[in-house]
Amino acid sequence: MFELLGISPQVLFGQLLLGLINGSFYALLSLGLAVIFGLLNIINFSHGAQYMMGAFVAWMLLTYTGINYWWALALVPIIVGAFGVGIERLMISKLYHLDHLYGLLLTFGLALIIQGVFRNEYGVSGLPYSIPAELSGGQNLGFMFLPNYRAWVIFASAIVCFCTWFAIERTRLGAYLRAATENPTLVGAFGINVPRMITLTYGFGVALAAFAGVLAAPIYSVNPNMGADLIIVVFAVVVIGGMGSILGAILTGFGLGIVEGLTRVFYPEGSAVVIFVIMAIVLLLKPAGLFGRAAS
Amino acid sequence: MSVETQVRSQAEALPVGTPRLHIIIFAVLLVLLLIAPFVLYPVFLMKVLCFALFASALNLLLGFGGLLSFGHAAFFGSASYITAYAAKDWGLSPELAILLGTAAAAALGLGIGALAIRRQGIYFAMVTLAFAQMVFFFAVQAPFTGGEDGIQAVPRGHMFGFIDLSSDLTLYFVVLVIVFGGLLGIYRIIHSPFGQVLKAIRDNEPRLISLGYKVQRYKLAVFVMSATLAGLAGATKALVFQLASLTDVYWTMSGEVVLMTLLGGMGTVFGPLVGAAALVTMENYFAGLGAWVTVLQGVIFVISVLLFREGIVGVIARLTKKSL
Repeated sequence: MFELLGISPQVLFGQLLLGLINGSFYALLSLGLAVIFGLLNIINFSHGAQYMMGAFVAWMLLTYTGINYWWALALVPIIVGAFGVGIERLMISKLYHLDHLYGLLLTFGLALIIQGVFRNEYGVSGLPYSIPAELSGGQNLGFMFLPNYRAWVIFASAIVCFCTWFAIERTRLGAYLRAATENPTLVGAFGINVPRMITLTYGFGVALAAFAGVLAAPIYSVNPNMGADLIIVVFAVVVIGGMGSILGAILTGFGLGIVEGLTRVFYPEGSAVVIFVIMAIVLLLKPAGLFGRAAS
Repeated sequence: MSVETQVRSQAEALPVGTPRLHIIIFAVLLVLLLIAPFVLYPVFLMKVLCFALFASALNLLLGFGGLLSFGHAAFFGSASYITAYAAKDWGLSPELAILLGTAAAAALGLGIGALAIRRQGIYFAMVTLAFAQMVFFFAVQAPFTGGEDGIQAVPRGHMFGFIDLSSDLTLYFVVLVIVFGGLLGIYRIIHSPFGQVLKAIRDNEPRLISLGYKVQRYKLAVFVMSATLAGLAGATKALVFQLASLTDVYWTMSGEVVLMTLLGGMGTVFGPLVGAAALVTMENYFAGLGAWVTVLQGVIFVISVLLFREGIVGVIARLTKKSL
C-alpha cells in the first residue's frame, strides 16, 4: 500500500468522499439561495429550516403513511415547495418595496418558528431514517470502501445541479428568468407574469432545499437543528462564490466541500473553520467573490 | 425605500445638541432605575441593563450606520469569556477583567469589521454572521473556554479593591453606572459631527464619497465602537451571572439582539432599551415553556417586520411627533 505524506489512502479518500458529500449539500443549498437571490433579491434565511423540513417530511411520509424513499424524493420537494409558495404569497411578497434586509429578518423569524415547532414536537435527539434497500451495501474499490448510498447522494446532487443550471442558462424559461432578474419591469411589459414567476422561483429554491433534506435524511439523523448550523456555512460558501452565477454556486459548493475534507485529513482542528478562513481571504483579495460581479 | 428611509424622518428631526426632552427622559430613567432594585429582582434588572446596552450598541451600527450585523454575539460572547477567564483564572479585579474583555471585543471588532465593510447590505450581514460562527467554533474547541460547560462560578471580587460585589444590590449600582455611562456615550456619538456624517453615509453613500469623505474609515470606526460597547455589555454580563457560556457566542444571541433593536425601534435613541426590557421580560416570564420561547421570538420577528417596522418607540415618536 502506498502512503502519501504519512496519510493512509483509506483515510485520505474517506475524507475526500465525506468532503464531496458535504460539498453536494453545500452546492444544492447555495444553488437554491442563488436562484432565490437572483430574482427576489432576498437572502432566504429559512433555507436551513426548509432543508430540515425536507428531511422531516420524508421521515413522516415513511413513518405515518409508509411512503418509501423514492416516492419521498419526488413528493417532498413538491410539498415543501408548496409551503414555500404559501410563505412567499402571504409574507415575503409584502416586502419587495422595502430594503432587502427586511427579507433577511423575516426569513430569520420564520426559521426560528419552524425550528422551534419541530423541536417541541420531536425533541432534539434525532430520528433514524434507514437507507433504502436498493442502495444499502457498497463497493470495494481496492483503495477504499464506497458505500452505495453516498455515491448516490453525490450523483443525485450533481444531476439536479446540472439540470437546474441547464434550465436556467439554456432554455427559454430560463431566459425569461434571467431577463426578469435584470429588468422585471420590462419583462412584465412583454406580457410575462413576473409576480407569478417570482413566487414559483421561491418555491423552486425551497424545493431544492427540501430535496437536499431528503438526500440527507439517511446520512445524518433527522433532527430539528440539522439545518441551522449548516446554513451559516452555506452563507460563507455563497459569499466566497458570489451569487452572480449559477455555475459558480455549484462549483464553489463542491470545491469547498473537498477543501474541508482535505483539511480534516491534514489539520483536523481547522476543519470547522476552514471555510470561514477562506471567506476572509476571498474578502481581502476579491471582495465580490470568485464568480461575483463587481458591484453588489 | 430602505431601512434608512424608514428611520430617516426621525433622524432628520434630531437637532444638533441635546433637546430638553431627551434630558428629561434620561433623568426620569435614571431615577426609575435607582428605585427599581428595591421593587424588582436585581439580577433580572441587571440582565435588562446588559441587554439594553448590547442592543443600543447594535443600534448604533444598524440604526445610525445602516449596517446590519448578524454577528454581534461574537463581541458580546468573547468579551464575556475573556472577562470570566481573567477574573477566575488570573484573579484580576473586576474592573480590570471588564476592561480586558472589552478591549478583546474591540480588537476582534477591528479585525472582523475591516473585512466585513468590504461588502454591503445583505452580504455584510452574511459575512458578520459567518465570522461570528467562526468565533463560536473557536469557543467550542479552545482549551480555556470550558467547552459545553463554559466558565462557571466566576468570582465577582472587589471593585477597585474595596467595593464588595458579592451583594446583588451593590453590583446592581455598579452595573447601572457602567450601562448608563455606555448609553450616554452612545447618545454623544450619535449627536456628534461624526454621528452626523454617519447618518449621511447611511442615507446616501455615493454622495458622501463624492464629497470627499473616507466612507470606509467611518464605517470601520462605528463598527469598532459598536463592537466595543457590545463587549462591555458582555463583560458586565459575565460578572452578573458569574458565567460565560456558548449561548453568549451562538448565532441565536445575535438574532436576539437584532430582534430587540427591531422591536424597540431601529434608529431611535430609546428604542433598544424598550426592546431589551420587553424581550428579557418575556423570556423570564415564559422560561418554563422551553422551545416555545424560540417560536414566540420568531413570531415577534415576523410581526415586527410585516406590520411594525418602526418599532415601539418609533410608533410613539410618530404619534407624539417628537424625536425619541
